[in-house]
Amino acid sequence: MELKTKVDAREGMQELVITREFDLPLELLFKAYIEPEIVEQWMGTKVLKLENKNHGSWQFVTTDPKGNKHGFNGVIHEFSMNRKITRTFEMENTSFPVQLEFLEFEALTEGTSKLTMKIIYKSVADRDEMLKLPFAQGINMAHNRLQEIVNNIR
Amino acid sequence: MELRRDVFQAIADPTRRAIITLVALQALTPTAIAGNFDSSRQTISKHIQILTECEILGQEQKGREIYYHLNPQKMKEIADFVEPFRKLWDVRFNKLEDVMKNYKSDK
Repeated sequence: MELKTKVDAREGMQELVITREFDLPLELLFKAYIEPEIVEQWMGTKVLKLENKNHGSWQFVTTDPKGNKHGFNGVIHEFSMNRKITRTFEMENTSFPVQLEFLEFEALTEGTSKLTMKIIYKSVADRDEMLKLPFAQGINMAHNRLQEIVNNIR
Repeated sequence: MELRRDVFQAIADPTRRAIITLVALQALTPTAIAGNFDSSRQTISKHIQILTECEILGQEQKGREIYYHLNPQKMKEIADFVEPFRKLWDVRFNKLEDVMKNYKSDK
């Protein structure tokens, strides 16, 4: 089965490409990136600022299940309606450096569209760290579950 | 005779899996790793040694200290470590698709 979302992360490169084909017309896909109320719904975040224009900026804040707040921000370098968004992305209060994102939107058919997201990191090591993050959280969760089982046996 | 170690043997042990989790987030010294466990320093050293022998952990000398880091190349042999990252985006984009399909039908 063909995967809808693909990640291309070549060995030793400081970039990665995420592609996704949507069962949505181009205009609706693009709208999901520019309307604050919609961004909040699918990203599960609060949008503090989202200026969809050249040299605009954006700011989101997410509350995790423990109630801790995590801030994200960046600038929108280039904004082209229904075509592309070039922006920076930074996680506040972390050691991860800022990353540069190129989002390109294209229509495939009347009712389907495609997003190509190229992310450039400061170094190969930084890219690999970001890639490893969900993996590390995954093993952590598996380990915690195992710990729970062990605790229950005792 | 020392048995040849493989990655699957390495991750079969819960303590070693916990060590992998720790160093996946940042490179650590053996002392820092051992600080996270109740087991003796020797026991943890043995686990680190096994993980290093099968190349899951890599060593790097920084000043007088040795730091251990995760070798992502080796982890690929166990499971494609990019998959959870891909999954995260897949779930996020599925949500986007759902939200927009409802948006469409609301109009």
